[in-house]
Amino acid sequence: MATAARNKKSARRRQLEAAINYPIDWLEERSGLVGALKYFLFRKVPGDTGWWHTLGSATLTAFLVQALTGVILAMYYKPDPQNAYQSIQHITNDLTLGWLVRGMHKWGASVFIILMFFHMARVFLFGAYKYPRELNWIIGVTLLAVGMLEGFTGYLLPWDQTAYWATVVGINLNGTAPFLGPFLADFLRGGSEIGGETLARFYSMHMLLIPGLIFALIGLHLYLVIRLGVSSPPWSHEAAGSDYDDEPATNGRSGLTQPAARSGWRRNGGDSA
Amino acid sequence: MTEPQHGDRPHSPGPSLYPIGFAAGIACILVGLIINPMVIVPIGALIAIICGFLWARDATKEFRGEPVAAIEPERGQVRESTAAAAIPADQGEAAMTEPQAGERFPRSRFLEGATLGLGGVIGGLVTVPAIGFMIVPAFRGQGYPTVDLGPLENFTEGKWFVTKFFMNPEAGEVSHRTAYIRNNGLLNGKPSFTIISNRCAHLGCPVQPNGPVQDNQSKEIDGKKGQRVTMIPAIPAGGYGCPCHGGQYDVEGNRVSGPPVRALDRYDFAVVDGHLHLGKPYSVSHVKGEGKDALIYKYKLAGPGQHVDGLEQLLYPLQPPH
Repeated sequence: MATAARNKKSARRRQLEAAINYPIDWLEERSGLVGALKYFLFRKVPGDTGWWHTLGSATLTAFLVQALTGVILAMYYKPDPQNAYQSIQHITNDLTLGWLVRGMHKWGASVFIILMFFHMARVFLFGAYKYPRELNWIIGVTLLAVGMLEGFTGYLLPWDQTAYWATVVGINLNGTAPFLGPFLADFLRGGSEIGGETLARFYSMHMLLIPGLIFALIGLHLYLVIRLGVSSPPWSHEAAGSDYDDEPATNGRSGLTQPAARSGWRRNGGDSA
Repeated sequence: MTEPQHGDRPHSPGPSLYPIGFAAGIACILVGLIINPMVIVPIGALIAIICGFLWARDATKEFRGEPVAAIEPERGQVRESTAAAAIPADQGEAAMTEPQAGERFPRSRFLEGATLGLGGVIGGLVTVPAIGFMIVPAFRGQGYPTVDLGPLENFTEGKWFVTKFFMNPEAGEVSHRTAYIRNNGLLNGKPSFTIISNRCAHLGCPVQPNGPVQDNQSKEIDGKKGQRVTMIPAIPAGGYGCPCHGGQYDVEGNRVSGPPVRALDRYDFAVVDGHLHLGKPYSVSHVKGEGKDALIYKYKLAGPGQHVDGLEQLLYPLQPPH
């Protein structure tokens, strides 16, 4: 009875639904974006994925927090040697909620790096870097390196004693690399001595160059996650995507989901071949 | 469900004059704002509101269950074909002739190459100067200016002075540098100075004197162009030590212990009109002897942590111009 009542929608309700669906339908018909979003969000994952598998998206969230708070901090920060330190003090002490947003950016930076390592440890210990996901491991390691570079360039911006001397040491450390090291150090400093040029170029790298690179690499990283599917944990007895195969999975760990199965990868033997 | 299913058919709204009326109303408002806001603007607003309302009713007909006039899609007249029946694609002649044996450069290949080639040229024209602009200025016009450290009389013979100065007074505090200076007296009738840079030869932190620094006897000398030299007498009896990673040097700047790879850098100097002028810095592997009799093993300025002698110097064959 209840179901019958639910099925029988009032005319007004149907009108309302149609009105809500209309713009979504409009967008989908012209762009296919709704379908793409559904494909992205409602993927098949192995049944025994757990909290460990959330470390990647936690890292992504930490990065997005950095991006958002960074963009807002950039509205108040002044990247030149005369004003940098004062503008940071102004953000922290005078501006409404400046202490909070700067604090989020400062501590969030550590959270981002730590989560990257946790995520990496999870992937390593679960063996999720193995065929066919090696390329995603490589992209992940690149992301780690680029993320560290983001930390290094951001560390100078408060322009206090710690920032200055840590950057002196960091740049000179790069300078000791064989052959090209001395040139790398001059490039990073924007000259032979640390000064306004260094601060400006670190700022540019920190807020434009490196974040752009990180966004691009995250895009590739996610593309491969979607294409190859989520791997099941080492103790799994279930192969995700086995619904799509006629024959039962011979290898409980392959963990490939729909897209690869559809591409015929599994049918041609997969990793059990 | 009333949700429209369009399938492959395009969903285009029926012809309607209401949007034009709406636009005319808006135009009327804008014109009215200039000519006569009291009369023409309300007229325009009325037109816009009425047409807008009718337009909205018209556009939502489909959802309110009212019949929608089917739009006949435009179709071209299908002419009676006089030709023979179509030949399946896998039979008969190809639409484009196969390239002849001698023809190794078909048109499509040419267009492909031209697109890629032109694109590459345009990309290069934009990218190469931009990257050059990013990299080259860091290596051009670098160097160390001469700094006037004040009259020679200020440097008491045989005493050490922690001397602070601005490498470039216009750049401000960021160009503040420190050197440890000792007047060695005369050598062959010419003044001799030991000028040691405080930049640690490990990774560039500032080394400190191991001994008393007499801050209460500090002296400030104002020079030209905002230059201000601060001289503080010191007795670095135990040499110099670096606070960052514990590198230790003797009083002549030789490495004694810790991670530094060579002795402390030194500065050239000149005496001009009775003033001590600081010249270019240079690197030192080690120093034998002391004071004016010291034998300095001098090298081109290298960054901290870079070897200037021994086998490891092969790792740093080139230095950027300084």
